[in-house]
Amino acid sequence: MIAAATMEKITRIASRTVVLNIDNIDTDQIIPARFLTTTKREGLGDMAFHDWRYSGDGQLNPDFALNRKENQGRAILVAGDNFGCGSSREHAPWALLDSGLRAVISTRIADIFRSNSLKNGFVPVVIDPQPHRWLLDNPGAEVVVDLEQARVELPEGPPAPFEIERFARYCLMNGIDQLGYLLRQQERIDEWERQRARRRQRA
Amino acid sequence: MPQQTLLGQIWDAHEVVPETPDTPAVLYIDLHLIHEVTTPQAFDALRARGLPVRRLERTLATMDHSTPTEPADTLEQLEKVALPAAAGQVRAMIENCREFGVKLRGLGSPERGIVHVVGPELGATWPGHTVVCGDSHTSTHGAFGALAFGIGTTEVGHVLATQCLLQRRPGAMAVNVSGRLGPGVTAKDLVLAIIRKLGVGGGTGRVLQYRGETVAALSMEQRMTVCNMSIEAGARAGMIAPDDTTYEWLRGRPMAPRGADWDAALRRWALLEDRGEAEFDEEVSVDANGLRPMVTYGTNPGMSAQIDEPVPGSGNPAIDKALAYMGVEPGKPLLGRGVDIVFLGSCTNSRIGDLRAAAALMRGRRVAKNVRMLVVPGSQQTKREAEAEGLREVFLAAGAEWRESGCSMCLGMNGDTVPPGSLCVSTSNRNFEGRQGPGARTVLASPLTAAASAIRGEVADPRELMSA
Ligand code: SF4
Repeated sequence: MIAAATMEKITRIASRTVVLNIDNIDTDQIIPARFLTTTKREGLGDMAFHDWRYSGDGQLNPDFALNRKENQGRAILVAGDNFGCGSSREHAPWALLDSGLRAVISTRIADIFRSNSLKNGFVPVVIDPQPHRWLLDNPGAEVVVDLEQARVELPEGPPAPFEIERFARYCLMNGIDQLGYLLRQQERIDEWERQRARRRQRA
Repeated sequence: MPQQTLLGQIWDAHEVVPETPDTPAVLYIDLHLIHEVTTPQAFDALRARGLPVRRLERTLATMDHSTPTEPADTLEQLEKVALPAAAGQVRAMIENCREFGVKLRGLGSPERGIVHVVGPELGATWPGHTVVCGDSHTSTHGAFGALAFGIGTTEVGHVLATQCLLQRRPGAMAVNVSGRLGPGVTAKDLVLAIIRKLGVGGGTGRVLQYRGETVAALSMEQRMTVCNMSIEAGARAGMIAPDDTTYEWLRGRPMAPRGADWDAALRRWALLEDRGEAEFDEEVSVDANGLRPMVTYGTNPGMSAQIDEPVPGSGNPAIDKALAYMGVEPGKPLLGRGVDIVFLGSCTNSRIGDLRAAAALMRGRRVAKNVRMLVVPGSQQTKREAEAEGLREVFLAAGAEWRESGCSMCLGMNGDTVPPGSLCVSTSNRNFEGRQGPGARTVLASPLTAAASAIRGEVADPRELMSA
């Protein structure tokens, strides 16, 4: 065993989907910068997609997917290509989680957003264009994100496999906080620092 | 053995524990830059476990994002001019740094400024270094031949606690640039052209290494501008192998090596110079000959055109949506579009060379009526340098505002914002919807194009004013 469990364990997420068929949804849309002045992780759900969710005068925009009645309580977002591009703000997955979402399915997910998501139990899923197209065309489909099998079960057709970094998956499924694992490498880090200092002295 | 890519060389030299199929590498971090926005929750994580900051001397702290650009040398002064939540975040930074013993280049410090301007200015970023920061534009530091990338707050906590990160090695992509940049065409125009070519997701999972004669001819400031925007192509980082330009820039800076250490460093760095032997996972070529000033017309940095080239016509829904948001007419060039605000600043283009270039164009001219121009130096040191050269007077005489350093209007979280519907020509790096304030319309451009647009009151080609 690598470390003790300190986070929620995630193996399967089953939900109907919410579809946002827009490519390149950036982190400024997921949570605008003006909400980053918080010093906490919690309570950002209301700010998720704030400027799409609310019109300029603060009225709820009834047409926006996440506002529609039938989409309330759904946990899986299906988004266009290159989701989460832009900033390194971890407030993005914090806000999505706080709004009740637990996974996003796309054809490409930006590197830093993906890394941040994995550390917070928000599951980034990249699948092939064909099943992705089907999901975009069928909002509200009942799907299962299965971490064990690394695949998305769809209501019709074969499941769509996805790649997920093995260590991150292990941590998600076992509820492990990666800092615990890193802290147990302290001796090797000490030794590495000593060796480099010695090499530098000789150079 | 042939030389590896710069990424490969730096990676191998920093692997404390190599990666396996089951576990990522434990990668040692030489320099950790921190600022007020992405650290409070990381310090909380340390407190929760009773951990100290492992390497104080490798942690460089400043304040920039939520810090207002009105003068404020103390927290009391700041509270009078800052938004309350922003002031709270600044206070948390001061308290966290004090509690953990981190030296903070904070309010009133002559070394405060945008984190990606301050690090290089102090000589803290060295060739061969690994550099991280809770900020995606950490890629800026790759200009020095460093592997520099943005991380999230959880990872900020990892580095504070262990000076290491768990990472998988990304792929290496060469961006080979040939040709010469013409007069009035800058590194900013070049990188916008590169992003247009790669697309905003084209660099995902990759580290870009910019190479070729064009890149070799760039100054350090211009190299920083190029590397800064690597993330806008989705890349993990951007980097340029070190050479004499790099060493000349670093020599004598406060945190650069000195004496015998300098000589030893030069010997180490020489091994990183590009011998043209490395094999990349992918290569692309870009020709800089004939490139004209670039501007963005849409809502991501890939939606750009040469300044006099028509923007796309209608038909593609994503572009139609972007053009509607921007209030830009399909099928026409952006040249001549009316401008409300001009922002000269941000970690992309707020260094002394950027200010000099804009000032040279503006000397003896005036900002057009109805245009507000904000000039925000990247750091307090850059500000002093510019003032000593008389640049402040040039901008003030032209009718522009001259501010304290910080991120300012690059992202609207410190009080400097673009009002809804206003069009801003900005030297920053992101034109996302609402980036500069709700409903704000952003046109990314070089400092020269920004200055020319301020004078003309419309999106303008700086080359016309340069010959005049
Ligand atoms: S200037 Fe803009 S891009 Fe640069 S660090 Fe500040 S907010 Fe980020």
